Amino acid sequence: MTLQVTGHQWWWEITYQDPSPERVLRTANEIHIPTGRPVRLVLNSTDVIHSMWVPNLFGKRDLLPGLQTVIDFQADKPGVYRGQCAEFCGLQHARMGFLVVAEPPEAFDAWRLAQLRAAEAPKEPERQRGEQVFLRSSCIMCHQVRGTPSAGRVGPELTHLATRQFIAAGTLPMNRGNLAGWITDPQSIKPGANMPMTQIPPRDLQDLVSYLEGLR
Amino acid sequence: MSVTESDRLKEQEEREDAGAPRDSTADEAELHRVLSETWGTKPGFWGWITTVDHKLIGRRYIATTFFFLFLAGLAAMVMRAQLAQPEGQVVGPDLYNQLFTMHGTTMMFLFAVSVMEAVAVFIIPLVMGTRNIAFPRLNAFSYWVFLFGGVMVWGAFFLNIGPDVGWFAYVPLSGPEFSPGKRADFWAQMITFTEVAALAVAVELIVTILKQRAPGMTLDRIPLFAWAMLVTAFMVMFAMPSVMVGSSMLIMDRLVGTHFFNPAEGGDVLLWQHLFWFFGHPEVYIIFVPASGMISVMLPAFTRRPVFGHLALVLSVISIGILSFGLWVHHMFVTALPQLGESFFTASSMLIAIPNGIQIFCWVATIVSGKPRYATPMLFIIGFIITFVIGGLTGVMVASVPLDTQVHDSYFVVAHFHYVLIGGAVFPLLGAVYYWFPKFTGRMMSERLGRWNFWLAFLGFNAAFFPMHLLGLWGMPRRIYTYQPELNWGDMNLFVSLAAVVVFASFALFLWNVLYSLRHGEPAGDNPWDADTLEWATSSPPPAYNFAHIPVVTAREPLWAERRALPVAVGLRTDMRELVITSVTEARPELRESSPDPSIWPLISAIALTGLFIGSIFTPWAVVYGSIPLTIALTAWFWPKGDKEDEA
Amino acid sequence: MMRAVLLALAAVAVLALPSCKREKRETRASTVPAEQPRQLALSTNHAGSAQAPPMESAGKRYEESAYQITEGKRLYTWFNCNGCHANGGGDSGPPLMDDKWIYGGEIQNIYATIQQGRPNGMPSFRGRIPDHQIWQVSAYVRSMGRNVRMDIAPSRNDDMHPRASENRLPLAPPVAGGSTPPSAQHPQ
Repeated sequence: MTLQVTGHQWWWEITYQDPSPERVLRTANEIHIPTGRPVRLVLNSTDVIHSMWVPNLFGKRDLLPGLQTVIDFQADKPGVYRGQCAEFCGLQHARMGFLVVAEPPEAFDAWRLAQLRAAEAPKEPERQRGEQVFLRSSCIMCHQVRGTPSAGRVGPELTHLATRQFIAAGTLPMNRGNLAGWITDPQSIKPGANMPMTQIPPRDLQDLVSYLEGLR
Repeated sequence: MSVTESDRLKEQEEREDAGAPRDSTADEAELHRVLSETWGTKPGFWGWITTVDHKLIGRRYIATTFFFLFLAGLAAMVMRAQLAQPEGQVVGPDLYNQLFTMHGTTMMFLFAVSVMEAVAVFIIPLVMGTRNIAFPRLNAFSYWVFLFGGVMVWGAFFLNIGPDVGWFAYVPLSGPEFSPGKRADFWAQMITFTEVAALAVAVELIVTILKQRAPGMTLDRIPLFAWAMLVTAFMVMFAMPSVMVGSSMLIMDRLVGTHFFNPAEGGDVLLWQHLFWFFGHPEVYIIFVPASGMISVMLPAFTRRPVFGHLALVLSVISIGILSFGLWVHHMFVTALPQLGESFFTASSMLIAIPNGIQIFCWVATIVSGKPRYATPMLFIIGFIITFVIGGLTGVMVASVPLDTQVHDSYFVVAHFHYVLIGGAVFPLLGAVYYWFPKFTGRMMSERLGRWNFWLAFLGFNAAFFPMHLLGLWGMPRRIYTYQPELNWGDMNLFVSLAAVVVFASFALFLWNVLYSLRHGEPAGDNPWDADTLEWATSSPPPAYNFAHIPVVTAREPLWAERRALPVAVGLRTDMRELVITSVTEARPELRESSPDPSIWPLISAIALTGLFIGSIFTPWAVVYGSIPLTIALTAWFWPKGDKEDEA
Repeated sequence: MMRAVLLALAAVAVLALPSCKREKRETRASTVPAEQPRQLALSTNHAGSAQAPPMESAGKRYEESAYQITEGKRLYTWFNCNGCHANGGGDSGPPLMDDKWIYGGEIQNIYATIQQGRPNGMPSFRGRIPDHQIWQVSAYVRSMGRNVRMDIAPSRNDDMHPRASENRLPLAPPVAGGSTPPSAQHPQ
C-alpha cells in the first residue's frame, strides 16, 4: 500500500493513492494503516525540510522539497503510535505531531470506505446554521469539506474532521472546547501557524463547532 | 648550538649589517632595557589599538571568547528555564529559536574554535621559543575582524534581528522564502567574519610552527600542543572555505536572487548540507584536536614523566586530521542518500575511533606509569577522560545507520555532542587555563576554588547531560520550544534544568576565580609546575620580547634535559625586531628575519572590511563601494615605509 | 575617547532601533482594529465634522514589516490572487507591479479594494479574508509595485521565476490616477 505524505509548515498531508481517481483519499495528521501489511510512505515537502519519525515504528526520514524519499515499514500490532517532525522547520516545529493508527485490515478497509464518502448534509437546525457559517466565513479560503462548495486546498481537509483524535497537528485533543478555542485564537496556541485568528459572533461559533463536531 | 649554525648567523651578520647592536652582550639589565624598548607596546589607548604583540592580542582574544561563552551560556539557561516544564511560558517560539541559534552559533564559531586559536596565539610562539608570531599584523587584524563579527551578530540579536534558523541554517528554511527580513543574513555574514579571522590565525600558526622554531627543535622534538595546533590549522584551511562558499551562496540566494538552493530552478537543498557538513564535521575535530594537544602537554607536568607514546600521539593527531574530512555524511543519514554511501561513512566514522582510542590509551598509560599530582588541571584531565570516553562510545553508536535514524535530531544526539564538546574540549580548556594562567598573568589561580569549580562542573555536567540520552531514547526531538505534558518528559527535563544551573554556577565560579586571582593570586615563578616546555623558560608573564636569548633545544623535554641553564643562540639585533627563521625539518637556523612594528592599519582594514560585510547584507553594491576603503586601508598597510621594516 | 565611543555606540543603537519592529514576528493581530470599515477614512478629505482615524497608520505597520509582507506573499497565491493578476504583470485583472493605480496605490486604497471589491471583476473579500490578512496581502502588493524599502521587500521564492524578486526592484512611488492600463480599458 502506498501513501503520499506531504510536509507543510506545520502539518502533515496524507494522500492514499489509488488507480481509480474517485478512490484517492486526502486527509491530514492521522495515518491509518492495516496491520501486518507492508506500507510505503512516499515523502515530499512543499516548503522546508521536515523529517518523519515514529519512534515505535520507524526511524527518521527527511521530507525534502524537490526530492522524493520513501519509508517502508509494517506495523504488526494494532495500536496508536505517536510521531513527530524531527527536523527543525520554523516557528512551530515543536507542534508538528501526527498519529499512526494501525488497525486490523477489516477495520482499516471500513475506515477507508467511510472516509471516502462525502460529508453528509446536516440534519439538525443548529448544524445547518453551522454549515452556513462555515461556507460564508473565511474557513473555505483554505479548507475543504467534500460535499459542500468549499474547495480550499492549502489547509488540512476537514471532511471527516471529527473522526480524528487531535486537531492542530497532534496539539489538542478533539473536543468542543478545543475546536472553539482553535478557531477563534489559534495564534495563542500555536504562534506563527498559518491559521489566522477569526472573529465570529458567539452564537455562530457554537453552531460552527456543532457542525464540525458532526463531521464524522 | 653547533659551530656550523653559529657560523651561519655570523656569516649573515658580516654580510649585511656589521656593527649593529646585538643580543650577545653579557649585561642582562641593559639587554632587557634595549629589547623592551624595541619590542614593547606603547602605553595608552593608541598603543592598545596598534599593538602586534601576540601575548596582548592572545589575552584579548581569550577574554573575548570567554565573554561570548558566558552570553551563550545565558542563552542556554533561558532555554532550560523554558523546557523545565511542559508547555513552559518563559519565552515564545520566536525567541526560543533565536536563543538556540545564538547558543549553537556562538559556542561553535565565537567560542570553541576561536578560544583554541586564541590560546595558541598566546602560547605557541612561547613554546616555539620565538619572539613573536608570524605575521603579527595579520594577527591583530584577525582579532578585530573576529570581535566585530561577534559584536555584529549579538547586536543583531539584541535588536530582534538575530538569526532564528539554527546554527546549521538549513535551506530552504534559511533561504529567501521562509526567513523574511535580514535575520539569516546576519548569521551567514557572521560566518564570513569568523572564518576570515580563523583562516588568518591558521596561516600564522602554520608558519610559526614550521619556520620559527627554536634552533634544535627538530620535527620529533616539537611539543604535542604545537603538533595539534599545526594539524588544526591545516584543517581550518581546508574545512572553512567550504562553509564560506555555502554562506556566500546563501546570501546571494537571499539578496540577489540566485538559485543555488532552489529546486524549482535546478538548485539543490542538499547541496547546502554537503557544503555545511564538509566543514561541520572537521569543525568538531578542529575543536577537539587542540584540546587533545593541551592534555598531552599538561600531563608530563602532573605525572612527572614524558608523555607515553609521543610518536603514536603525533600520528594519531595527524590521522584524525585527515580522517575527519571523510565523515561528514553521517550528519545526513536520514536524507536518503544511497545505501552504499551510507555504509562507507559508517565505516569511516567508526575508523576515527581508532586514533582517538590510541590517544586515550597513551594518556592513561602516562598517568598509570607516572606519579600523578592531582592539581586542578589534572582533575580536569581525569574528568575529560571519563566524559570523553562516554561521548566517544555514543559517537560510535550514532555512526551506525539503523541506530542513527532513531536517535538523529533527538536529545540523544544533544547529549552525545555535549559530552564530546564539553567533556572533550571545554574540560581540557579549563584545565589549560588553570595551567597557563600563571604564564598569562604572573599569578596562580586559587586551587581551592579550582577544586570546587571542577567538581561542580564535572558532577553538574553529567547530571545535566546524561539524562538527555534517555530523553532522546524516549522520543524527544531537538529544537522544540515546548512539549506536551502527556509525553511524560516533564520530570526529567526539570532535573536537567536544575543540573544545568549547577553547570552554570561552576562557570560563574571559574569567572570569579579568574577575576579574584588576577588581583590576589599568589605570584607565580617562571615555572610553577616544573613543566618541560619552552614557555616556562621565561618569566611569568613573559616580557614583550619573550626571551632575552633565543633558547636552543637539545631534547624533547628541553627544560628537564637542561636543568641548570638552557643553551642559547645569540646574534639577533636588539635595535630592531628580529627573529630566527629555522629550517622546516631539522630547525637549523637559516636567517634573521625582521618582524613588523605596531600599526594602526590592521584595525582600519578590519573596520573597512566590517563596513563591506555588513553593508552587503543590505545591498550587493556594498561589495563594490566597500572595497574602495578596504583597498585604501590594505594599500596603506603594505605601503613601503622606506625603513628597516621593509626588509620583512 | 571613551565618551566618543559611547556616543557613537548610542547613535548606532538609535539608528538600528527600527530594525526591532521591522523583523518582529507579530503573529497575533490583537492590536489591529476590528473590521469596522466605516471608522477608517480613505483620505483626510471628508464631509461633515466627524474625524475618522486615518487608515494609513494601520497600514504603515504592515508595509514596514518584513514578516507581514512575506506572509502576504504567501497568501497572494494561497488566495488565488495570481489567478487574475498573475505574478503582478496582470492578466484578466490589472497589473500590480507597474506604477498605475486605478483606485489608488497607497496601502489603504489597496486594502479597500480587496475588502470592498471593484467593478469589472474584483470580488469583495470582506468576511472571507480576516482583516489582518487583507493588510498583509495589501502590504505585499505594495512591495510588488516597488513601494516599500528594499531591505523589507521579500526576496525570491523557491519556485520558477517569471521576474526579479521584489527586493531587487528600485523604489518608485505610485502615480495617483495614472493612465489606465489596457486590461482595465477592455474589461471582460
